[in-house]
Amino acid sequence: MSAGAEAPAAVASLAEGILRGDPRMLARAMTLVENAAPEAEAILESLYGKKPAAPRVGFTGPPGAGKSTLVAEYARLLRAEGVQVGVIAVDPTSPFTGGAILGDRVRMNEHATDDKVFIRSMATRGSLGGLAARTGELCELLDAWGSEVTLVETVGVGQSELDVAEATDTTVVILTPESGDAIQALKAGLMEIAEVIVLNKADHVGADAMEAALRASLAFRPEGSRPPIVRTVATARQGLDELHQALREHREALAKPEIVGPRRREKVRARIRSAVREGLLDAWLRRQGFEDVLDGVTDDVIAGRTSPYRAARALIERMTRDGKRTNGNGN
Amino acid sequence: MARKIRVLVAKAGLDGHDRGAKVVASAMRDAGFEVIYTGLHQTPEMIAQAAVQEDVDVVALSILSGAHMTLFPRVLDLMRERGLNDVLLTGGGIISKEDMGALQKLGVGTLFGPGATTGAIIDYVRGWVAEHRAGEVGTAK
Amino acid sequence: MANERTETATKTPKAGRARTEAPVAPPAPAERRGETLSGIPLKPVYTAADRPADLEARLGEPGQFPYTRALFPEGYRTKLWTMRQFAGFGSAEDTNQRFHYLLGEGMTGLSTAFDMPTLMGYDADHPMSLGEVGREGVAISTLEDMEILFRGIPLDKVTTSMTINAPAIVLLAMYVAIGEKQGLKPSQLGGTIQADMLKEFIAQKEWICPPRPHVKICVDMIEWCAKHMPKWNSISISGYHIREAGATAAQELAFTLADGIGYVEECVKRGMDVDAFAPRLSFFWDVHNDFFEEIAKFRAARRLWATVMRDRFGAKNPRSWMLRTHAQTAGVSLTAQQPLNNVARVALQAMAAVLGGTQSLHTNSMDETLALPSEEAATVALRTQQILAHESGVANVVDPLAGSYFVESLTDTMESEALAIIRRIDEMGGIITAVERGYPQKEIADSAYRFQQQVEQGERFIVGVNRFAAEESEVTIPVLKIDMEIERRQIERVKAVRAKRDAAKHAAAVKALRDACMSDQNLVPFVLDAVKANATLGEISDVFREAYGVYREPAVF
Repeated sequence: MSAGAEAPAAVASLAEGILRGDPRMLARAMTLVENAAPEAEAILESLYGKKPAAPRVGFTGPPGAGKSTLVAEYARLLRAEGVQVGVIAVDPTSPFTGGAILGDRVRMNEHATDDKVFIRSMATRGSLGGLAARTGELCELLDAWGSEVTLVETVGVGQSELDVAEATDTTVVILTPESGDAIQALKAGLMEIAEVIVLNKADHVGADAMEAALRASLAFRPEGSRPPIVRTVATARQGLDELHQALREHREALAKPEIVGPRRREKVRARIRSAVREGLLDAWLRRQGFEDVLDGVTDDVIAGRTSPYRAARALIERMTRDGKRTNGNGN
Repeated sequence: MARKIRVLVAKAGLDGHDRGAKVVASAMRDAGFEVIYTGLHQTPEMIAQAAVQEDVDVVALSILSGAHMTLFPRVLDLMRERGLNDVLLTGGGIISKEDMGALQKLGVGTLFGPGATTGAIIDYVRGWVAEHRAGEVGTAK
Repeated sequence: MANERTETATKTPKAGRARTEAPVAPPAPAERRGETLSGIPLKPVYTAADRPADLEARLGEPGQFPYTRALFPEGYRTKLWTMRQFAGFGSAEDTNQRFHYLLGEGMTGLSTAFDMPTLMGYDADHPMSLGEVGREGVAISTLEDMEILFRGIPLDKVTTSMTINAPAIVLLAMYVAIGEKQGLKPSQLGGTIQADMLKEFIAQKEWICPPRPHVKICVDMIEWCAKHMPKWNSISISGYHIREAGATAAQELAFTLADGIGYVEECVKRGMDVDAFAPRLSFFWDVHNDFFEEIAKFRAARRLWATVMRDRFGAKNPRSWMLRTHAQTAGVSLTAQQPLNNVARVALQAMAAVLGGTQSLHTNSMDETLALPSEEAATVALRTQQILAHESGVANVVDPLAGSYFVESLTDTMESEALAIIRRIDEMGGIITAVERGYPQKEIADSAYRFQQQVEQGERFIVGVNRFAAEESEVTIPVLKIDMEIERRQIERVKAVRAKRDAAKHAAAVKALRDACMSDQNLVPFVLDAVKANATLGEISDVFREAYGVYREPAVF
């Protein structure tokens, strides 16, 4: 990523359009950022801090838990209060073909002609943590467009869904009474990142037992740090007000001075760290002429002259020796 | 970074026969496209708004209810109104040669009838994108 | 945007992409001849060893449990199947005219196709109806439309089939109401209403509300018809749409019977006696290209259903055990290329349905992949049935393929594959839950995609399409065009009905229906009052939307 000095005019007009609330400009900018286009950094840079950051609420949970429906219904509640809403819905990229079917809009049809709701579907494109790599950046673009609450829906394939905790302010974990959900949630470490737990499909058999099991698993946590459990039936629009209340309370808790400062600091640090890490790695590898070196070593492995592990170790050693260290203290 | 082809696949109008749309969506995924699938019963307004928000290269509609002469022109108008002049509108269904010709004159792309292969559809989309989005890998216009 | 330009473009892929393209074309795979169209493996030869040991018990005599051979002892000798050609397009006047024509040509039952707005519960003037009025079938918004549709047809002299699902209760009420105007009691009306909502959620995707309230309304109709309409089939549990959506033959069989089981369970839960309603349940199969597979499907279906009804639900009346079915040749098998070839396909499929023992049959017209059938094409389709019935001789002996090593073996395989799927659905907690989770939807989409890949890889031949394709010398056959003017006239008619009806009576009937929706009452009498008060189909559907909510489908791939 280099600064977008090549196309300052285009960047300026995109940025201006987004701040004006133009959905087409926003959508274009999202594509550029998602594709790591040369202009991406300049666009993000020129929009940074221009509008207040919308609270970001992440929704995660096992497949079939009702994430999309809950997001759609919560968006409806926010719209009824006049709140402008951004939605980012992430679906997995096929590891075999690189393609993806992004189907979350199917369950958000009622917002499909509301220009105060901006829904963007993203594919993970190889990212493993349940979100797409640029989710955070797309949320920033939504802020600039005027999103007042941004809802982020993870893949929910039952694998590790931990990125969502870093990318959002509040993490909602959605579970259902269906057997196996609790186990899956524990296995995926979801309970640790849950700031609000939604027990969806609470009209199904087993809801009480599931709630009891959840409470038991939270019992070891100190009073006051146990996430609230909200029962919902999203398809029947039940429990949405309670969810709204729980999210509001969490937001208020975050706003306390003893929390807001350190938390914000940690988020900013994380943001800089990931930008640096990515930029550094790219720049570094490019300067090393990595692709060419890789080609040569690949030939060696194929010819049986070395193993992939040995080749990798040798490369790392060579590159760290050759690289010009600007700071003797390392990382 | 390779630019992903993004396609909106939508069922316009009231008919619920989504076999074709789903087969095409699956084939496009397997061809490496990112397919935004909106599901059934989409109005032209819903389709146009989704095309804007998702910044797709191509809008592909499946219409089997015979309403294509109403729906394609309406979607095209709405896309143009929203500034999507460089987005391909294509699709398929039970559409006569005559109707296909009339729609192409309006600016709709090639349409595919019964018996068309997913391979032909994918080649067409790839070709169109290669031609119209060539110098555009990550460049803002 | 011209074809030529794009072809050039695809032949020169961008350099960076080249490595993902296959460098050389793989050798053409062979045609899949070692399996049925649905993928059931086939041996080259079947012998006595392939016949089940307990064959006699599994077959039964024709007209006896488990009805593998036939529902009636002498098959078609006593009564030919009903030749029932689906018709409906444009305005009620147009379709009425087509009905009179087809009855004059020897058709023995009416079958009504409705347009998309009617099927989805919208009046002609609803914004969602734009461009769709009268296109795929006849537009019915009001009782007045229905009166015109059946004008001059004595309803006690014909049987009528109505292909309507989500708003079926409205059309049933309208039919009963126009019967009354002809001086007929509901008990004098014979026919079938499709009213099978589970297969809508599985395959055809036309709905108003979520699955559970829709199934509740289906059960209301089954219950009401059992009491008041002894000659009426209150539901037609349909595999047709499931198959057309891409299911295999075994999946069609399994999902359809699972739907049937679902309805019976709901009726029983309501406290109905199984023998009070089960004799009026009817079925509807697709008949696809693979000749023997289709025959086996019909035979396995009868055996499975008889066993389920007797052993699972404890039905005592043999009529409850009998799977009576309508059949239609596979629309999805027809090709737009070389459309005359479709006449041959339809003839073979129709013969399979007859050898399979169907009670009623629709043969598709050769032009159906292009448009609604023209009168000429519809006539050839009907003539095909008449040739089968009166010239071919296939209807003269009951179940002539019984005892065939191959057909009996295939019937067994079909049965066991279907049973395995039904068991899986039972384990999920029944078909309604399975549908809510998208299970049948996903299985069908997978089958459809697999088949399409086989076609594109040349493993399946489709004559005139991927094999033996002619140069661009297409035979043009005349196709039916729908006048855009119909939409405008239909909109005017709905508006006129709303303007001239008794507003107080209308409001009272709609309110009574709304209140009834909030209770457990059977809705049929309330809908009947509403249509008599000239409430429109769209207004009644709106009451359902408000009371029960709208459905969001799961996106399954």
